[in-house]
Amino acid sequence: MTEAASRPARARRPPVPYLLLIPSALFMLALFGWPLIQGVLASVQTPGGGYGWENVRRMTAEPHFWPAVRNTALLIVIVIPLQFALAIAMALLLRERPRLSGLYFYVWAVPLAISDLAAGLVWLAIFADQGYLNSALAGLGLSESGYEWLSYEHPGTMLAAVVVAELWRATSLVFIILVGGLSVIPKEYDEAAQVFGATLWQRVRHVTLPLLRPSIQVALILRTILAFQTFAVAQALAGRNFPLLIGETYEWYVNLQNPYAASAVAMIILGVSMFTATVYLRALRQPDVIRGAR
Amino acid sequence: MAEVEISQLHKTYPGGGRPATRDVSLTVADGEFMVLLGPSGCGKTTLLRMIAGLELPDRGSVRIGGRDVTYRAPRERNLSMVFQSYAVFPHKKVADNIGFGLAMRKADRAVIQDKIAWAAGLLQLEDYLDRYPSQLSGGQRQRVAVARAIVMEPDVLLMDEPLSNLDALLRLQFRAELKKLLTDLGTTCVYVTHDQVEALSLGERVAVMKDGEIVQCGPPMEVYDSPASEFIGGFIGSPPMNFLDATLRRDGGEAVIEVAGQRSAAPGSWAAFAEGPVRIGVRAETITAHRAERSGALRAVTEVAEPLGSTTLVTAVLGEQRIKVQVPPDFPVGAGDDLWLDLRADRLSCYERDTGRVLVSDR
Repeated sequence: MTEAASRPARARRPPVPYLLLIPSALFMLALFGWPLIQGVLASVQTPGGGYGWENVRRMTAEPHFWPAVRNTALLIVIVIPLQFALAIAMALLLRERPRLSGLYFYVWAVPLAISDLAAGLVWLAIFADQGYLNSALAGLGLSESGYEWLSYEHPGTMLAAVVVAELWRATSLVFIILVGGLSVIPKEYDEAAQVFGATLWQRVRHVTLPLLRPSIQVALILRTILAFQTFAVAQALAGRNFPLLIGETYEWYVNLQNPYAASAVAMIILGVSMFTATVYLRALRQPDVIRGAR
Repeated sequence: MAEVEISQLHKTYPGGGRPATRDVSLTVADGEFMVLLGPSGCGKTTLLRMIAGLELPDRGSVRIGGRDVTYRAPRERNLSMVFQSYAVFPHKKVADNIGFGLAMRKADRAVIQDKIAWAAGLLQLEDYLDRYPSQLSGGQRQRVAVARAIVMEPDVLLMDEPLSNLDALLRLQFRAELKKLLTDLGTTCVYVTHDQVEALSLGERVAVMKDGEIVQCGPPMEVYDSPASEFIGGFIGSPPMNFLDATLRRDGGEAVIEVAGQRSAAPGSWAAFAEGPVRIGVRAETITAHRAERSGALRAVTEVAEPLGSTTLVTAVLGEQRIKVQVPPDFPVGAGDDLWLDLRADRLSCYERDTGRVLVSDR
C-alpha cells in the first residue's frame, strides 16, 4: 500500500542518485573497463594486425607455461586450506580474550601492512644459501654447509619455502575478515552450545563455523583471487625456477616484449578467478531464511 | 532432577570494582521453582551463570545433586538453559534446534526423533519443525528455546528472563503455560527476572537480590505481605507498598501508631517494640477507604483518582505524606474529597526509620 503510493512520487524526483554515481562510473570505465577491453582484444590480436588464436598457441608452447599452471594450482591447493585452518584457530583464540589479546591481534595483522616484495626479500634472507636458516642450523651443529633450500634441484623445499612465505604474508587477511565476522556473532549461541553439552570441537563445527559462513565466503573469494596473483614472493625466492601464471605475464610483457601473449595469460587468470568466485558463491550460498534470523 | 546448593559464592568481574555477588548462599530443593528477582545489576544473572558454569566464581561452591561442580565445564553439569535472547540457532531448523543437545550427546536417532516430537507437542510446535527460526515469530522462537531445554531431561533448568522479549499479551499467556508445563515436569528450576509480577506468579520461592546479596527469600506471598526491608516492599507490588513516617506509642499496654497527629491501632505484638519514630509499611489494597468519618480511621484528602478498570487507585494526602489506596471501581471519589482510611492492623509492617529494616517481635 505505502509502496504503491510512494512509487509515482519517487519517479518524479530528479535522478540525484544517478548523478552521484556518474563520477565513479566514469572512473571505473576509464581505468578498469577500457584496459579490460584492450586486454581482451590484445589477447586475440596477432602481431600482423589480424585476430586469431596465435597468442594462445605461443603461450602454451612456451616451456614454462604448464609448470606455471601446475605451480599456481598447487600453491592454491596447499596454501588456502592451511591459511583458513590457521586463521580460524587464531580468530577463535582471540575470541577467548586471553591476556594481551590486543597485542596478538596487531602482531598477527602486521604482515598485511608489508609489501609483497619486501616479504619475499625477508624470506629470501632466511632461506638463501647463506641465510638465517642455514646459519642457525650450522650454529646448532645440525649441518655443516647448510642446505640449498631454493635450488632448482630441490623443487620440494622450494615449494615449501614459497608456501611458508605465503602463509606468513597472506594469512592475516583471512584472519582479519574472520575476526570481524566472529565479533558480530552474539556470544549466546556459543554459550547455548556449551550448556547443551557440545564439546569444543562440536561448538566450532555445529555453531561457530556455520554462523561464520558469510565471512568465510568473502575471505575465500578474496584470498583465492589474490592467490592466483601470487607473484613477488615467489619471484624473490625462486625467480623463474618456480614459475607462476602472473610471473609468466610479467615475463612475456617485460622480458619477451610480447604484450599479446602477456594478455592471453592474463585472460586465463581472469577466467579462472571468475570461475572460482562463482563456484564459491554457489557452494557456500545460504538460504535467505537463515540470514534473516540475525 | 536434583537439589542445587550454592554456598558463599563470591564473584568480582575483572575490572569491576564492586563484587557482582557477595558470598551468596542459597539452596534450591529438588523439584523446586526458585525465582531470583532483583533490579538490573543486582547480580542475579551472574549467579545464574555461575550455576550454569558460564562464569566461574572467585570463591564459594556450587553443588548439584550433591556433586561439587563449581569449576566443571557447563557440559558436565547436566543442566539446560533458556536464554533471554533465546539463542535459537539461526542456521538450524526447528527440529534440529530442539534436538541439538541430544545430538551433541550422540543419542540414538530414533530417541531424538521421539523426544523432538514429544517436546514439539507440549509446546505446540508440530507444524513448524521444518522451518528456520527466522520464519517464526518471537513467541514461537521462545517456545523452541524452551523445547530445546526440556528435551534434555536436565537435573536443573535455568531460565534467564525468558519472557522479557515478548509483548505484554504474549507474556501473560506464556507465563501461565510455562508454569503449568514446569509443574507437570517437576524439574528443579532457577528462574531469573526483574519483573516482580512474574516472580510472584511463577515462583514457589522468591529470592530477592540487591547489590549482589539475597535480601529476602521466601514464598511469594510472604515476600509480598511482609517485605524484610523498605527496598523489597518498594520493589515488589504494583503500586509499591506505602511507607509512612509514624510514631509508635503505647497507650495503656496497647500499641498504637500516630501518623500526622492521628492515631490508628497497631498489631498487639508491636507493644514489645520501643516507643519512638518508625516507618509503617502498608499495601494499597489492604486499606479500606470510607467517605464518612469513622473512629480509628485516618483522615486524608484525595489528590487524584485513577480508574484502572478492575479497581481505582487513589492517591491521598495524609498530613504531608502521600499514600496510595486501592478502592472498588464504583467508589465515588474525586480530587479534593475527604477520605477516612482504615488501616488493617494485622496487615501492617513496621520498619526502623534509619535502616529500613523490618522489626519483628519475638512472640
